Amino acid sequence: MTGSFWRYTLLIAGKDLRIEGKSREVLYTMGFSAALVVLVFSFALSNATDPAQGPITAAGVLWAATLFTGTVALARVLDRERENEAIRALLLSPAPRAAIYAGKLLAVSLLMLAVEVVLVMLVGVLFSAEVFAHPGWLALVLLLGTLGFAATGVVFSAALLRSRNREALLGALLFPVVIPVLLAASRATACMFDPLAPDLEPVAFWVRFLLATDVIYILLGLWVFAPVVSGE
Amino acid sequence: MPTTPAPTSTRFLAACGGAFLLLFLACLAVAEAPLESVMGLVQKIFYFHVPCAWLLMLSTLVCAGGSIAYLFRGSERGDRIALSAAELGVLFGMCVLVSGPLWAKAAWGVYWQWEARLTSSLLLWLMLVAYVLARRYGGTSARRLAAALALFAAVDIPLVYFSVRFFRSIHPQTTVVSTLGPGMRGAFWLSLLSFTGLWFVLMSLRLAVENAQARIVELEVLLDQAEEKKS
Repeated sequence: MTGSFWRYTLLIAGKDLRIEGKSREVLYTMGFSAALVVLVFSFALSNATDPAQGPITAAGVLWAATLFTGTVALARVLDRERENEAIRALLLSPAPRAAIYAGKLLAVSLLMLAVEVVLVMLVGVLFSAEVFAHPGWLALVLLLGTLGFAATGVVFSAALLRSRNREALLGALLFPVVIPVLLAASRATACMFDPLAPDLEPVAFWVRFLLATDVIYILLGLWVFAPVVSGE
Repeated sequence: MPTTPAPTSTRFLAACGGAFLLLFLACLAVAEAPLESVMGLVQKIFYFHVPCAWLLMLSTLVCAGGSIAYLFRGSERGDRIALSAAELGVLFGMCVLVSGPLWAKAAWGVYWQWEARLTSSLLLWLMLVAYVLARRYGGTSARRLAAALALFAAVDIPLVYFSVRFFRSIHPQTTVVSTLGPGMRGAFWLSLLSFTGLWFVLMSLRLAVENAQARIVELEVLLDQAEEKKS
């Protein structure tokens, strides 16, 4: 049972990533909008001169851009299942609903992480942030933050598949739920970007917080995904 | 069709009378409670703020319970309870978010601080607002979508309650109630009880409206079926 769960998860994630590999639609649109968000913040905050606020601003911009562009990935990856009623075929397939959720979660997270690599470098250049001071911790925070975001996002965007105003609603419903993730990830990132930070104790605290949030959100997602999509 | 006491039934009117009598007594007790030595009159916001915060959490819990019943057992009644509770959560959450800053301005010198208890309470309220928005504008899948949201909102409750212990917080601790003086403690518990009574009255009224609406839809379907048979 567990073996087939992982097999279906990888199959579904692989299918989404193969489609993306051919069209590169999500990666390009997401990458471009992410760069635009960072640039907009960079223009808007160009007069901010307090060097002490630099790492906090850079971390905030990085995570705000991740949040906005993550919704693009979520909407598009789930939207593909609407075309030609592919969602029905997917739900009628022998794949357990939890594996469909896990597969989508994996695909969305990997796409987001790919764009975040570009985002980190852009933030480093435009905000003069020490982005590679602690690469291991940064990778961990990016991974956990992205997983927490995608864990809730997949549930809501799947539930909104049939809704006419899903673009407007997705952000309105998703952002309040993912703010704890955003808060923890941006606090940890700000501490990592700060060359004057005395130690990484706050990073370790926020990583533990992110880990706990991720576990709760993923378990909740696995639990509610089946009844949420049952009417599709 | 599940039955709740009709808003005009004797039982319901007696419950209403009891709740309002309790509220009146709580007002008297709060007025009579001694003034706190440091904060003075502003401290009396406490008798309003804490019961509202408790009802925000209770509403979220009931909303999550109703949502579980709807999502996993298809209970229509659970769905109606969840919607009614979410709306009350928005109402009492607004009371918390207005009364808190009034107290904070006097105690901390600022209306708002980005600290754990305030942030998590605001998030909980935002999630309930999102629930109501989803119900109104979510289209065909609104009920399942909102139910899922309610479960994610319920996760925030322990964070709100324990935030003052986990994080460095300037918000008064949850243990503050046990440190209240004798005159204050009675007024506080009476206030909490009367607000909870008010919550039950409002919940019954809102649920009665939801039940009536469901009944109207049911009757419309029956009418359509009867007309189809005739023709």
